[in-house]
Amino acid sequence: MKKTALFTIIGLIAMSFMLPTGPSASQIIQKVDDNMSSDTRITESQMIIHGRRNSRTITSIGYSRGKYDNFTEYLAPEREKGTKMLKLKDYLWIYSPSSDRTIQLSGHMLRQSVMGSDLSYEDMMEDRKLLDIYNAEIEGEEEVDGKKVWRLALTAKVDDATYHSRKLWVEQERFVPLKEDLFAKSGQLLKRTVMSDIKKVDGKWYPHKMNYKDMLKDGQGTDFVVTKMQINVPIADEVFNKSNLKK
Amino acid sequence: MIKFLLKGILGDKNRSVLPIIIITIGVSLTIILSGYMRGVMGDMIDQNARFDTGHMKIMSRAYAENKAQLPNDLALLGVAQLKEELKSDYPEIKWVDRIKFGGLIDVPDGENASKGQGPAAGMAMDIFNPESGEDARMNLTSSIVKGRLPSKPREALVGSDFAEKLNIKIGDEVTYMGTTMNGSMTFENFIVSGTIRFGMPAMDKGAIVIDISDARQLLDMEDAVGEMLGYLPGGVYDDEEVAPIVKSFNARYANDTDEYAPEMVALRDQNGLSSYLDMVDYFAALFVAIFVFAMSMVLWNTGLLGGLRRYQEFGIRLALGEPKGHIYRTLIYEAILIGIIGSIIGTAIGLVGVYLLQKYGINIGDLMKDSSMMMPTVLRGKFTPELLYIGFIPGLFAMVLGNMLSGIGIYKRSTASLFKELEV
Repeated sequence: MKKTALFTIIGLIAMSFMLPTGPSASQIIQKVDDNMSSDTRITESQMIIHGRRNSRTITSIGYSRGKYDNFTEYLAPEREKGTKMLKLKDYLWIYSPSSDRTIQLSGHMLRQSVMGSDLSYEDMMEDRKLLDIYNAEIEGEEEVDGKKVWRLALTAKVDDATYHSRKLWVEQERFVPLKEDLFAKSGQLLKRTVMSDIKKVDGKWYPHKMNYKDMLKDGQGTDFVVTKMQINVPIADEVFNKSNLKK
Repeated sequence: MIKFLLKGILGDKNRSVLPIIIITIGVSLTIILSGYMRGVMGDMIDQNARFDTGHMKIMSRAYAENKAQLPNDLALLGVAQLKEELKSDYPEIKWVDRIKFGGLIDVPDGENASKGQGPAAGMAMDIFNPESGEDARMNLTSSIVKGRLPSKPREALVGSDFAEKLNIKIGDEVTYMGTTMNGSMTFENFIVSGTIRFGMPAMDKGAIVIDISDARQLLDMEDAVGEMLGYLPGGVYDDEEVAPIVKSFNARYANDTDEYAPEMVALRDQNGLSSYLDMVDYFAALFVAIFVFAMSMVLWNTGLLGGLRRYQEFGIRLALGEPKGHIYRTLIYEAILIGIIGSIIGTAIGLVGVYLLQKYGINIGDLMKDSSMMMPTVLRGKFTPELLYIGFIPGLFAMVLGNMLSGIGIYKRSTASLFKELEV
């Protein structure tokens, strides 16, 4: 009798280890980072800025390398054509063909809106992996657009994070964020991003349409649509050189 | 009667000197403080009118809602047509276009990098056209520290403090970076034609002043304007004149649901100036009331002392059969005469004080160096015609009230015991 009870207990314990358990918050974020990050990336995109009076579409091509290097050239409309931005680590330069000047932006200017969009220069500059900046924990599971997602709470573990905390809704099947809320230290909701049109590019799932919404402003936000994306392709070093701005 | 009383007042110095001194001090202080306050408040209102509010201002409704953010994306469109309508409906009003804009001023170092940069407080007005009157209205020429007004496109005035900080010289090039009305990024190089100091720290730190035609091109604002300011012909704000204009203009668009429809706002309804305007009148009345009260107390006391000193005189006059009412009335007449003399002297001294305050003012520049408030750094008094008579109110009223209170003692004297009191 005693033997039977002992075996039962041991069996139950063994079974509990064999039961399928979900990934931890860190594992989820790691997989999100794997999807969203790459060694290099060339992205052709349209930024549709919905203003109160009208909407504008800005076309650009962006080159990124690792966590820190990013080069963007604006292709249309005419007003923006030829404007280039180069980000190297914490530095951002903008070149304007109309004035033939390269201006470095720093400090509070980085919090300004990029071309009237809902994105700030800081938002554009932030390319670090989420795991490098935040501690994560799973808050629960729910459905977004009919897809099962984990709701994760991320809290900054570094001092220089643009947003103190985030809430991230990560699709369970493909480990892609579908929605993100960005908060200030005070708890104020600052921005909301909704991702959609998830496509696989070179083995990585990536949202090809994102709506960024500055929650402190009225309006429909800014749509960012990826029209073409190449990842892990070689990009010449000279692309990420200041001299490339004036070319 | 008046001559008789005047002789008595002048002959008996004890009767008049102290009350006249008290009234003179009170009246002169009332006038100086009233003149100073009206000057300071008037300067602030005038400065706001010239720089920011106009006597009335037209904006789009959406712009007006968010005007603190200088939302040029919500600017008023169809300006040329609107101006024609305004000229025909209100021909006496001078209308001027203003565009305010924020952004960044970057100063190149000559080697493809920046020598320095700072936030821009941009202001565009009709500088090139001398008939616009903007130079005089904004005191541009007299505020220029070095150089001259912009006279051709792509020239700009920059804030003197900013220029000094970044060692910008006349003829140097600076780059403005900002956002157009449509949200596009805009860059433009300007030649610094001069440096300017408005005496308002909020503007002197990062001011860039350009002609409105440059701003329209820079910010994609052809036939658009952030704010259209209206000025009355005399150059002085008159609420009673402005209110009906504002009412009739806004009534025309009352049924228009467009959030970009024009909206006119009177000076008093901008920048919290209504409370300032009310405060000017309120404080002027308060000063007078305080001085009337304080001087009445002092003069009551002085009258009581005088009454005691003249106790015997009143007794004899009563004993001789002069009615109490007559003595009381002569006392009041005396008070009126003393009040008039004191008020005239006090008004003269007060006006000299106001003149000095108007001419030299009080410099609070050091206190204001970190301030972002739009107010002058030299606070000056201002002579207004009402200062000529405002002092007579406390001067006369306090003296008469003081004597009326102290003279009541006359009625308390018993005629039957007068001879005993007088020991005759």
